[in-house]
Amino acid sequence: MRITTAETRKATRTISGAQAVVRVLEEAGVEWVFGHPGGASLPLYDALYDAPSIRHVLCRHEQVAAHAATGYARASGRFGVCTATSGPGATNLVTGLADAMMDSAAVLAITGQVVRANIGTDAFQEADVTSITTPITKHNALVMDPHALVRTLREAIYLCQSGRPGPVLVDVPRDVFQTQIPEELLDEPFEPRRRPVTKGHPARIAEAAEAISQSRRPILYVGGGAQGASEPLARLARRCRIPVTVTLMGKGAFDETDPLCLGMLGMHGTAYANYAINAADLVIAVGARFDDRVTGRLKDFCPHARFIHIDIDPSEIGKNKPAHIPIVGDAREVLEVLEPLVQPPDVEAWWKQIEEWRTRYPLRWKPGPMLKPQEAIEAIYRVTRGEALVVTDVGQHQMWAAQYYKCRRPRTFISSGGLGAMGFGFPAAMGAQFARPDALVVAIVGDGGFQMTMQDLITAVEWRLPLKIYVVNNGSLGMVRQWQELFYHQRYCAVQLQNPDFARIAEVFGAVGVRVERSEDLEPALQRSLEVTDRPVVVDLIVDPEENCYPMIPSGQSVKEMILGD
Amino acid sequence: MTNALPTPQPRPERRVLSVLVDNVPGVLLRIVALFRRRGINIHSLAVSVTEDPGVSRITMTVECPAALAESVVKQVRRVVEVRRVRDVTDAPRTERELALVKVNAPAGVRSEILEAAQVFRARPIDLTEKTVTLEVTGSPEKIDAFLNLVARHGVREVARTGSVVLLRGSATT
Repeated sequence: MRITTAETRKATRTISGAQAVVRVLEEAGVEWVFGHPGGASLPLYDALYDAPSIRHVLCRHEQVAAHAATGYARASGRFGVCTATSGPGATNLVTGLADAMMDSAAVLAITGQVVRANIGTDAFQEADVTSITTPITKHNALVMDPHALVRTLREAIYLCQSGRPGPVLVDVPRDVFQTQIPEELLDEPFEPRRRPVTKGHPARIAEAAEAISQSRRPILYVGGGAQGASEPLARLARRCRIPVTVTLMGKGAFDETDPLCLGMLGMHGTAYANYAINAADLVIAVGARFDDRVTGRLKDFCPHARFIHIDIDPSEIGKNKPAHIPIVGDAREVLEVLEPLVQPPDVEAWWKQIEEWRTRYPLRWKPGPMLKPQEAIEAIYRVTRGEALVVTDVGQHQMWAAQYYKCRRPRTFISSGGLGAMGFGFPAAMGAQFARPDALVVAIVGDGGFQMTMQDLITAVEWRLPLKIYVVNNGSLGMVRQWQELFYHQRYCAVQLQNPDFARIAEVFGAVGVRVERSEDLEPALQRSLEVTDRPVVVDLIVDPEENCYPMIPSGQSVKEMILGD
Repeated sequence: MTNALPTPQPRPERRVLSVLVDNVPGVLLRIVALFRRRGINIHSLAVSVTEDPGVSRITMTVECPAALAESVVKQVRRVVEVRRVRDVTDAPRTERELALVKVNAPAGVRSEILEAAQVFRARPIDLTEKTVTLEVTGSPEKIDAFLNLVARHGVREVARTGSVVLLRGSATT
């Protein structure tokens, strides 16, 4: 007998798993989803059809979707969403997820999976995606029980943003998307299993304040974890006149135009930042993880220093360098408490020494007959008045951008730091532009990396993104070429690129394309690119192919082996 | 099958870890992957449900120095389903392993083997004309010693559970 009273109908009202996914995304305020559909994710797309508040950006490759979600997350401070179908769709996300993991970007990935009955049978477009992505996600889950779908997705949204952010993948079999589940599952409150420690230990903080007050050669070493802590960081640095050096990921967390800032440190950092940190008696690491590109040979890094290490992830503390004063907590919360406790140390002699280094070993490049890449970055900096949101790809241009584009505000420099994934720049810039539609978003890419993902120019054209894509084109895989020159006896192997005409490619896609070969055409071309507001512009900058990126501390060496390059 | 006593090898440093996790699929893979990534060999591994059906205990013996173990333990702690992790190597603990040992036991030496077994409080649990299977329980060192003792008769097969550990007294992991 069928019961059809109004009340029982209400009690048993059901929605499909896919509709539940969309409802959870809507309630979390998701506006953009970057993805590519396929067989296993068809039900999700069917549900998206009915969701007016969520817009889907069809990327032409899932790697682009993942990088775009990352760019969105890192530019906005919210979480980015990408989606792919089972098998090849999901495996194409892998590079993007690995990048988001290394650089702690809040990314939610939803992948379709083959129907439950077919899992493990080598079904069409099947891949064991949760196994594949286990080491490159903060967390992942295969949803076998339709009733667990809502809870799993809410937990994923929580986890990707909480504590140290990172990518979380939810793998949903097609029939779980299609199963009808009680709508009331959406009313169940979500409670996380565990919450990260965000408040630093007061005794440790007091100890750190004392150490800073007593120091004579302190330095703040600022990483990506400080992007949300710029105000207390600036107060601490300015009140106590503590020099600041930023990592690639930390750029923007402290105003680089402030004289207190020594720019980026590490392999291609400024000589004075590297000299300073290696002469310091106290290193205050804020949301930084002593990456090998920063430290070089670990045992020779900062031989005279004690370390205060502030990080929300306890596993980072002591991983590479022992921390004398470890503080587990959120960088902002810790600095808010720490800053007022610090007595300004006596840093007069220290600054005298640093200024001497800064004057003696400035960042520099020499003009030549051809356009120089550093010249191009400086021009980009000038025409954008240092106000752009800069996204880079990976390679020499990335390091030049980090050296010569001074960032003033958090979340205005986005680069693939940890993974160093070529192909990241342009898609991440798209994501950043979606996050901040009114911002001037500039993608600085190389000719090698751009070709890894440039098929998605059509996506940027379709959405009329006013992106500026500046291709620092040296006709080669420049950083590899530089290493072959310096460390492999100039035996150049597989580094020369026969390139297409990027300006014409842009035009074919419906973007604006410009080619610049001479210094005198540089600024006018860049200026014109800023005037285009309804589509992307690709400016192909033909630069000196022989130019190397300096200073350079060769891999695994120390500041003593730094090559200044002049 | 060998009749010679195994030559003693310098033992790599071992750490005993006790991990409490949510009893759900996939957790073991996540944890094991963190050790595999650093090339750390897992010497033994025992997983089973605890007094709480929602929680499993993983006891693992890994071959690596203490400092490295500490670094990986911190990463294990990041795994969402992990509730507690502790390196119990240096803690006062009770530790037991069980081994099934199938030894060649023709009529002439059988009583000798069974006598040795008695000393180790190993129980015969299967007997054929050619072999005896013994169940031996104790610390891993005791089991090693027993295996050494019966090695000259020819050990056909061994199955060991790996250590399980609880802290002494009222302390809990």
